This record gives sequence, structure tokens and C-alpha cells, in this order.
Amino acid sequence: MRPFTFVRAIDADQAVAGYAREPEWAMYLGGGTNLVDLMRLGVAEPGLLIDVTRLPYDRVEEAPGGGLRIGAAVRNSDLAADPAVRRDYPVLAAALLAGASGQLRNQATVGGNLLQRTRCGYFQDVTKPCNKRRSGSGCPAVEGDHRNLAILGHSEHCVATHPSDMAVALTALGATVHVRGRAGERIVPMPGLHRLPGDEPDRDTVLDPGDLITAVELPPLELAARSRYRKVRERASFAFALVSVAAALDAEDGAVRDCRIALGGVAHVPWRAEAAEEELRGGPATDDAFRAAADAELAAARPLRDNGYKVPLARELIVRTLAELRDGTGADASGGTP
Amino acid sequence: MTTDIERVTGTALDRVEGRDKVTGLARYAYEYPADDIAYVVPVPAAIARGTITGIDPGDALAVPGVLTVLSFRNAPPLAGNDPELRIFSSDRVSYRGQMVAAVVADTLEAAAEAARLVHVGYDAEPHDVLLRPDHPEAYVPEKVNPSFPAVSEQGDVEAALGDAAVTVDTTYTTPAYHNNAMEPHATLAVWSGDRLTAYDSNQGSSTARDMLAAAFGLEPGQVRVVSPHVGGGFGSKGTPRPQIVLAALAARAVGRPAKVALTRQHMFAVTGYRTPSIQRVRLGADASGRMTALAHEVEEQTSTLKEFAEQTAVPSRMMYAAPNRLTTHRVVALDVATPSWMRAPGECPGMYALESAMDELAVACGLDPIELRVRNEPEEDPESGLPWSSRNVVACLREGAAWFGWAGRDPAPGVRRDGRWLVGTGVAASTYPARRRPSEATARATADGRFTVRIAAADIGTGSRTALTQIAADALGVPPERVDVRIGDSALPTASLAGGSMGTASWGSAVAMACVRLRERLDGAGGEVPEDGIEARYDTADDIKADAAYARHAFGAQFAEVRVDPGTGEIRVPRLLGVFAAGRIINAKTARSQFIGGMTMGLAMALLEESVPDAEFGGFLNHDLAQYHVPANADVANIDARWIEEDDPHLNPMGSKGIGEIGIVGTAAAIGNAVHHATGVRFRDLPIRPDRVLDRAPQIGGRNL
Amino acid sequence: MDVPSKGTAGGAQRTAARPPARTDVTVSVNGAVERIKVDNRASLLDVLRERLGLTGAKKGCDHGQCGACTVLLDGRRVNACLILAVTVDQAEVVTVEGLTDGTRLHPLQAAFIERDAFQCGYCTPGQLCSAVGMLAEAAKGRASAVTADLADDAPVLDEAEIRERMSGNLCRCGAYPNIVAAIGEVAG
Repeated sequence: MRPFTFVRAIDADQAVAGYAREPEWAMYLGGGTNLVDLMRLGVAEPGLLIDVTRLPYDRVEEAPGGGLRIGAAVRNSDLAADPAVRRDYPVLAAALLAGASGQLRNQATVGGNLLQRTRCGYFQDVTKPCNKRRSGSGCPAVEGDHRNLAILGHSEHCVATHPSDMAVALTALGATVHVRGRAGERIVPMPGLHRLPGDEPDRDTVLDPGDLITAVELPPLELAARSRYRKVRERASFAFALVSVAAALDAEDGAVRDCRIALGGVAHVPWRAEAAEEELRGGPATDDAFRAAADAELAAARPLRDNGYKVPLARELIVRTLAELRDGTGADASGGTP
Repeated sequence: MTTDIERVTGTALDRVEGRDKVTGLARYAYEYPADDIAYVVPVPAAIARGTITGIDPGDALAVPGVLTVLSFRNAPPLAGNDPELRIFSSDRVSYRGQMVAAVVADTLEAAAEAARLVHVGYDAEPHDVLLRPDHPEAYVPEKVNPSFPAVSEQGDVEAALGDAAVTVDTTYTTPAYHNNAMEPHATLAVWSGDRLTAYDSNQGSSTARDMLAAAFGLEPGQVRVVSPHVGGGFGSKGTPRPQIVLAALAARAVGRPAKVALTRQHMFAVTGYRTPSIQRVRLGADASGRMTALAHEVEEQTSTLKEFAEQTAVPSRMMYAAPNRLTTHRVVALDVATPSWMRAPGECPGMYALESAMDELAVACGLDPIELRVRNEPEEDPESGLPWSSRNVVACLREGAAWFGWAGRDPAPGVRRDGRWLVGTGVAASTYPARRRPSEATARATADGRFTVRIAAADIGTGSRTALTQIAADALGVPPERVDVRIGDSALPTASLAGGSMGTASWGSAVAMACVRLRERLDGAGGEVPEDGIEARYDTADDIKADAAYARHAFGAQFAEVRVDPGTGEIRVPRLLGVFAAGRIINAKTARSQFIGGMTMGLAMALLEESVPDAEFGGFLNHDLAQYHVPANADVANIDARWIEEDDPHLNPMGSKGIGEIGIVGTAAAIGNAVHHATGVRFRDLPIRPDRVLDRAPQIGGRNL
Repeated sequence: MDVPSKGTAGGAQRTAARPPARTDVTVSVNGAVERIKVDNRASLLDVLRERLGLTGAKKGCDHGQCGACTVLLDGRRVNACLILAVTVDQAEVVTVEGLTDGTRLHPLQAAFIERDAFQCGYCTPGQLCSAVGMLAEAAKGRASAVTADLADDAPVLDEAEIRERMSGNLCRCGAYPNIVAAIGEVAG
């Protein structure tokens, strides 16, 4: 790790101003569960670390227009335990609980979770090329090890996936991200915070340097009370997703009134399945319709040599999760141990 | 011998060092105090093969607190016969991650930063790190580990296969696996003049001492290796690893104590791993399932530095009767780190293939897989013709079947469904040799009524300290509370290392006999302990030379129930039962833990673990614990181990067989066989990952979507 | 917040080596208040082990992937390897050494011995601190990934729950069934 100056911010203006003075080298420190890991690997080398965990963003409260406003410094475990989240947005609680470990969830913040970097092995190894780490150096994953990488929206420059579970739920829920930058406050919708790699895979999000996430807001969304998160991973716990799905469904009299679907582990962004949602809305809530919707979404999939399995897996998870939501069955959120 | 007293042997004595371990007071190598310790961080090679053209330590040396940068440019030459340990001896790079330099600094932070600032120039050469079928460079080694012939032949296998009523001809592959003990390899080295003390994480302090002495041209008496607590090894700390040499080099270079703990990432490069294997197994049987031919042909890898040829087909030489038999090994020297020991080397991967093929043969014969094994039970060791000292694999299979509820099992594959899960069960046999090696021990009685046993044994988590306490207590005829067992220090009487499941048998023999001698002396002294104590010593070398000729092996049977979700590729193992026949069990509590621990590693071998080689850059891609999946708590459900008491007089004073390794043998086959029973699809490449299940999902019966 | 003047924080350090920034930290460790100056880069784990002589918390991976370094930070279980010591100013840390009440073992420590919930012992301090933190989480009604009903604020700690909640602590020796049994016994 390179030496760095450490400061602790007590309000957002101070943090943003501090960053502005060292834009080349400054980074915000949340829970550090990914940043400290990346600093130790040499992937991140801040010269100024601004601790933002003690900013007054540690509360979950009702938003002015209904919905929930979640402070960016709220710890993942506290958010998962919040009674309103558990009751009104179970998909978010389930996604958080499916991620990492109890210890990491106690430390990781909401803002940091959104901004965590890919776990692609090449990205994490500074002795190998990676366009995300060093623009123009190449992407060995395209021809190399990409079994766990993207099937949707990737480019020849990067096939990484976004690792967050929480962000998949937030994307399905249409959360908005409140950002404080040099030009003041602005709101970034989800999807829309994370970006596809294109020819700039070094940029994970649309945020500018120095932008500070202050809160995430969940819209009031009645159908979210019937929502769930399903994640398939190689280990039964404490592993990143191969594929995950966050879904909410409002079905009545055999018809889909509304739905929300997002996929994890398939793209550089938490992937909102808009084509599938479009296909479903107003149509029958049947397994056949669910299959057709999943196929509509996955028609765009371009699997790599070794990750074609993600297409049928994503399809299966979409169909099952919707069917379970429709039927009110299979509360086995983890896919866990029988 | 000690067979007549009220015994603590066999009871479930708590680990004698348990309190130290749960309070955090048990010290591991990196944790010893010393004045003014310098921190060492090695620099791994960034190419897989080639020559170092330059080492520029300037930026590293400019980091405040950095004391020196070691490399082949300035490091003194080391002696010894292990090229993996002669670090910094030349400008050659033989594998990615090989140590090419190291930084020594006042703080860990400075050393870690500076290690990244050592600029190493390379002249890279084309490399090859991939084991593949019929590799053009494959050759038959002179011997396989530790000293078996690489090829064995009995009868005429090809003719017998041609004549057989039923045949199986299949190829299985296993990937590279890493031991991944929780405690990284670590050493604190302290020089005092020309005497060296190394606090080190290893599986045998006597062995490590001898290696260190050889490397530095010292007499063994000038070196002391201290290792009372070791955070797991599973083979990877049996052969000393480069960190012990590095710490000693660094400490001498800076004239201060110096310590190094390898990063988890670097452990994947320099601490050994189990070779990947490609195994073709051909079985021929008559219509009743009696085998007429058994061929087991193995291809595996070694390095360009030295030959390490795992004895993968060796268990096929003794496991079943078959008049015609062929076993072969071929190795390929790739641009990789040298493979090394990992729990049950040979038996673990070899029995995976053999026991999977036996299941396929049972299906082909329409026989219950237990019955097939019973029909092919050999009366004596098929290769040597030696009698078994004891062999109870059939009892393990039969008893296990009863405990597991095997009776009435429908052999039809792919037909049992419980919700989203396809359910199946599988069985496999286990075996592991029961050997012992010469060791010395002393036993001392003191006037306070206590006894101290000394031996340079190792407790890497096996429970050996506790087992030796029980063995000594029984031999002395005193309660275990009055016995102090001192181990993990090369200053103690020389002992063999913890490996090959030989530890407790080897050390226990010496301890038991030293205690018997001490008792005789005490009896001779009228039971009175003199003021300055009384001591006896025993060396088992002559006893072991005189051991009668028997085929000595432990045996077992493993039963698995699996659930496979063909839609998601997920596999769960709700039940795993191992039944073992391993002589007398010395400690019922720690033995169960050993068996279960081995089975857990076997479960992970089947479903989770693999080290993925990086074809483009060399080394292993998934070199951390987020990417290399050792099992988590949630992966292990109902797992149990039981045993059949054996009274085998041909082993050692305790009548025990080693138990550290047999637990992993057969587990992966039992799980793979159960996956076949669940799905009707045979997965012959480990691990059986979700993507592999999904890729073959169209072949799986009963898929509902 | 003491913001450095422009240009001193990053660029300068990359062209010319200079002493690493250090910061005074006051932290309570196992009830004792420690005032120490730490290298900003030092993890809480390294400060505990290398500066304070508390080697109970272990380093197994240094990246939050194994749980051997688990300690309690302000009562919550965390991975000490991913926490910069400079961030724990004014916090309370409890390590495995602090679980013992005088010479009396914590019930979990006693249960771990009785159930043989460890072999090599290297993951054990982390398992114990994690279990203490986990039981506190469960007592607060917190759900896990295997809790059937997320709205249930009194989940029962059955074996599946304990396994899932303890999955952030790897044990290579495979003591999991005994760890689950020991924790289950204490959880009651």
C-alpha cells in the first residue's frame, strides 16, 4: 500500500471540498471492505483517504413522498434488518443477506456497496493486463478465464460483471441515488448509475470524480411487498453470484398487472430486465408467459466461450422466481440446504 | 507391551491444548516475540518461464524503513538438494510466482509497499502450464512417490479386457487442488552468532531443522526449529517451503530477527498443490461381476525444477482382486511450481477414479455397488502376495449400509424427485496405508509425581498432542492429567514428520516404549522417584526394521446422499457417512474430527475446489479464498463418521492405523456416484460445478422446465 | 477535518519517498484504553497483532475472505484485516483474549473445547468472536439468508441458521459440525 493522508469528514461539503483539492489522489472511504482490499492488492492507490462513514447518513427513514430514504453510510446488515425494508421491500433485505458474510455486512456501507469493483481475477491482479485497471492494456478475460463473467452488454474491451447483490435489488426497485458533487446535489436513477463498459471500461458508473453518494431512495412501490431475491453460487454461502435475480410481481386473476425484474452476475451493471417486464405487463401470469419473457430478455445475450450456462440459468431463475411470487410458494430465498 | 491397564486410550479426552486455542494464547510461528523484528515480503515472478534481465531495487530502497532488497544479485548461495528451497540462486524463472526477490524493512507496511517497487526485468520465453491428454512431453518416471515403480503389470490386461463379458472404459479428470491451511506458511528467524532458531509453521520440526542446516551449511545442532502450534498443513507443510529459508536469509542479511508470512495469493504459487490428473480406468468382469482385468493409467504434471510423481494408480494395485492388472503413470514437466503433498497423495485422486469406475461397472453388471465390491475382495495383497494385517472394508461397507439405510435402494438413476431436487445416493470404498517411521522419545518422572514426555512430534490440528498424552498415560498407568507431552521443537528427541498418516503410529510407538522403559526403571528403583527425576529413552528404528511382512492398510466406506437441481446446477449433500476400520482409535473425539475433516475436504474436492491454471500468464488464476472455494459452514450438513474396532496385532504398540488421510479417500467418488444416481448423468470431471450440470441438463431426466 | 494543502497528499509521495503518514488513535481494546500512533496503512488486525501483542486474532487471507481475523468492534463482528486502524479512533474492540472473564472461559469457549469445535485452532479465535457477534444479532431478531420469513423478527437458531450465519468463518480442518453443535448448545 502506498502511504496516504487520512482525514475524517464530518459533513458532505467538507468531504467534497477535500476531494476537490486532491482530485488525482483522493478517494472516499466507506466501510472499506472492498477499497482496503483493493489498496492492499495495489489496484487502488489513493494518496488522500477521506473517511465518510461518520457523515450524518446513517439512518433509514421515510421519504417525503413515501418510500424510504436510506443514508449512504448505513451498514448493509442494518439495512437488511430494518423493519420497513423487511416488510415493504423484502427483495432488498434478501439481496443484502445473500451477499458476503455477516462480518462484511456489518462493515460495508450502502454507498460503498454500490461502488464496489468487479471481482474479475485479472482486474484484481496488477501484474496482468486489464482495461478496467489500465485503459488500453487489454482484456485477457475475453479469451482467458471468463466462466463467471458477463453474457449481456459486454464489449471487446471488458467482460466484467458487477458483483453487488444489493444493487440488483435496487435496480429492480427503481431506486434513485442522491449524489453530492462540486455542482451541488443531483439524483441518478437506477438503472442508470452503473454503465456498460463500451470502450471505457475503467468507468464503472456515471459519477464524476469527487461525487459523493449521500443516500439511496426507494420509491413507494406496492408490488415490492411481493418481491424476492434468488442467487445461485458455487458455494452454499459466502460467494459471489453466478446469476441472481431480483423480482417483484403484482398478478391478479391470472394476469400480470406489473412487475420488476433485474439480473445480477450477467453484466457490467446490475441488469434491469426491461424487455422481460415489457413482455409480461398486461399478459397472463403463466409459466409459458414467464418463459417467453425470459427469452425476450435473453435474446440479447452473447455468451462467451465458457459461460453459456448463464443463459439457461438466468432463464430458469426468472421463470421460477416469478412463478413462486405468483403462487406464494418456495420461500427458500437462499436455495439453501434442504 | 501395554495392553492390560485401565485405558484412557480410546476415550474422548478433550484436546489438551484446547484452552490455549480458545483463549488465543496458543502461539503460532509469526506470533513469537523477539526484539527489533524486521519484516520480510517476497517478490513473486511475473512470468512463467525465462530469465531475469535486471533487478532495480532503487525505488524499493528509497522507501523509508527498508533495510535491504534480497535477490540472486546479492543473496549468498544456499546448499541443499531441493531446488524449490534454493531461492535467489540464479537468474532463471521456472514458474510464475517463484520468489525472485524480497524486501526486508522495519515495518510490514513498508516492506509490502517496497516489494511492489522492486523493478524486475525479464526475458520471457514461451511457456506451457496446461496438462492435457496425451501431452507430447509426457514420460514414464523411474518411480512414483515415495518409491513405487511407475508401472506394474500382472497377466495380460488387453486380452482379458477383450474376453470380458462386461467392460468399463472411462477417463476421469481431477484439477489441481491447494491445501490452503488457514495459517499461512510463516517463519520468524533469529540468529545468535552461527546458531539459528526458526519459529516456523511446519509438519515436522526435525525435518525442517535438517533442511535448514543443510541449506546454510550448518550442523543440525546449530539449528533449532520451534513449532508447538501449527495452523493446519494437509501436506503443504511437510516439505519445508521457501519462507523458512527466506526468513533465515533475511535475518542474517540485516542482523536482526526477521519474519515472513506468505500472503494467501502467494501461497498458491510456492507452497505446493495436488497435481491435476487425467486417469483412464478400464475394468473387465465376468457376468457375475468378478473382475478379470483392471487397468489404471494416469497422466499428471511435475515441474521443470524437480520431479514429483504422485502415486495415483498405486491404490489400484491392492484394492481389488483381478488376475490381470496394469497400472501406469506418466508425468509432464510443465512451467509450473512443483506439485507437492496434499492429504492422501495418490490414494485420494486415484481412488476417486477407481471407485467411480467401480460404480460404473456395478451399473453395467446390474449389481449393487456394495455387492460388486464384496465379490472382488482379495484374500491377500494382489501385488505382493502378502497377507493383510487386517482388512475390514467389507465390514465397513456392510455396517455402513445398515447405518445409512442403503437396503432397498432403487438402483435406477434419475428417478427420485423431491420438489426441485433430484435425489440420489452413492457409495465408495476408502483405503490408506498404515505405516510408521523411526522416532525417538524420552519419558521422565519427577519427584512431584508428574511425567514429562518429549518428542519432536507435530500437532497440526490432528490431535496428536492429546493422543500421545493418552498413549503415555496408559503406558505409565497414570491418569493423563499427570502427563505433560512436549512436542513441536527440534530440540526434543528426533521424530518423523506429520505425514502419510504415520504421525501418531510413529511417535506413539516411541512414546509408549519410552514409557514402558521408564516404568521398568521406576520398578527397578522400587517405585521411588529420585530427587532429580528419572528418565528413559526409546528409539524405534530397530523395531521398525524388524516389523514382519504384512500388507498394512486402513479401509473404509463412504456413503453420500446428494440433491441436484437440474435447473440451476446446484448440488447439495444433505448426508455424508464415513465408516472406517483403522485399528484401535486412540481418541474418540479427535478421531471423529479427523475423519469428518477429511470427508469435508473430499466433499469440496467433488463439488467446489479447483485451482485454475492461467494458460496465458502462468500460475493459478483463482489464487485467493474468494475465488478458490474451500467449503463454508453452509456447505456441510449432516456429516458423520463411525468406525469398526479392529484388533490388529501387526501394527504398533497401540494397535492403531493412521486416520488423518483416509477420510478424504473415496468421498468424491461417493458423491459423484450419488450425482449419477440422482441425475442419470455421469460427471467424470471434477469438480461437479453448477455450470457443468447445466451444460448437460438436457441429458438429465425429469427436468421440469 | 484537517484537509491537506493542495498537492501534498498524493503526487509528492509518488515522486519522492517520504515517511508514511501516521495518526494518533485512542481505542479501547478488551477494556484497556490504548493511545497509539499508527501508520495510516496499518490494519486493525496488524496493530492488534504487531503493536499490542494481541495475537489471538489471526491473519488467514488479509482480504476479508476467511474470517480468521474476526473481532468485535463496538459490539459487532467485523473482519479486522479490512479495517484501517486509523478509522477506529474512540471505538471499542474486543478480541478473543477479551472473551474470558478472568480465568473463567466464556460459555462458547468451553463449548468449543467440549465439542471439539476446532482442530488446528487457527480459525478458532475468529469463530468465537464471530459466534458472540452472531448470537447478539440473532437476539435482536435479525434474519439470515435462510430465514424463511424475512418479516419474522424472532428467527429460531436451528442448525441451518447457524451454518449460514457462521459461513463467513472458514475452517479448513472441517470442524463445522462441531462448531454448529457448540454454538447451538450455548444458544440453547
